[in-house]
Amino acid sequence: MIQLNNVTKKYLSKVALRDVNLELEKGKIIGLVGENGSGKSTTLKLIAGLTQPSKGSVTVNGEVATRRIASHVSYLSELDEYYGFYNVGQTIDFFASQFEDFNREKAEEVRAFMKLDRNAKLKHLSKGNRGRLKIVLTLAREVPVILMDEPLSGLDPMVRDSIVKGLISFIDLEKQLVLITTHEIRELEMVLDEVIAIKEGDIIGHHNVEQLRIENGLGIVEWMTKVYE
Amino acid sequence: MTDIFQSTQPIYSQLADRINRKILRGELKPGDKLPSVRDLALQVNVNPNTVQRTYRELEGMEIVESKRGQGTFVTENQEILNTMRERLKQDEISQFVKGMHEMGYTDEEIEAGLQHFLHNQKGDQA
Repeated sequence: MIQLNNVTKKYLSKVALRDVNLELEKGKIIGLVGENGSGKSTTLKLIAGLTQPSKGSVTVNGEVATRRIASHVSYLSELDEYYGFYNVGQTIDFFASQFEDFNREKAEEVRAFMKLDRNAKLKHLSKGNRGRLKIVLTLAREVPVILMDEPLSGLDPMVRDSIVKGLISFIDLEKQLVLITTHEIRELEMVLDEVIAIKEGDIIGHHNVEQLRIENGLGIVEWMTKVYE
Repeated sequence: MTDIFQSTQPIYSQLADRINRKILRGELKPGDKLPSVRDLALQVNVNPNTVQRTYRELEGMEIVESKRGQGTFVTENQEILNTMRERLKQDEISQFVKGMHEMGYTDEEIEAGLQHFLHNQKGDQA
């Protein structure tokens, strides 16, 4: 479903990704882990078509990932950049007007699950509730690929738990693939099918997580400690 | 069932183990319906694919059966449940005995210790 072929990405002279090959299938929740600046966000942006590779190719469902790939890809950015004067309901309506695949009913369902008030103004939302709203907007789109850049970062444990539960409840694993970058491995490791470790622009490992446990008796954290040595 | 799994052991088998124990304790009875994959995934905070695999595994052992369009049910075949009960007992005992041997206890000490422990426990309850 997602393919990176010999992808190199440079920002001026700095190499963000070096000759990366990656193949990801639908029906999986995949974690992309690595230190800050290792190339995680760059990988997501390439798949979202928000930036182009310096060399190699990125395809989603066989289509080259350009800006137009947005019709296949729902991308949750690390930043939150919504209109403060909107309330929650208006933000959902705005997103519904921007994306044909936006499922309003599902958005309402996820919103209720996240206990967000439709009438709450965005500028008055806590950081945790802004995090929850981003999940609502990302999951309400009926697209084959969902990309999430650090969805748990800087949020308290209660919020992180509600986001993990939101993922379990609302992702359609018959049709969708979810790729998540994260530092919060402990919180996510029970929901990941696969894990990819990236270091200084190189992919240094890609495994099925249950297989790691069966074959090596390793959890994700133990495995990472090993491959990062 | 909101609890932590051991991250270094396969989650699907830990979950299967938990369901087996519920059956042994009678919290799940023969013929009872198990939660849907999604509901169980939510209860224990794991990937729905993992729950799917747990159900497949239990189905392979004939401990549960899935009925098309209806869900997954605990088997009503008592023989299979008896076999499971016996197997889990053996597993647990062999774990215990292995641990005791590793610490250097003899079979006689284990047997005497176990009898003493069980006897005292009975006294506590009375």
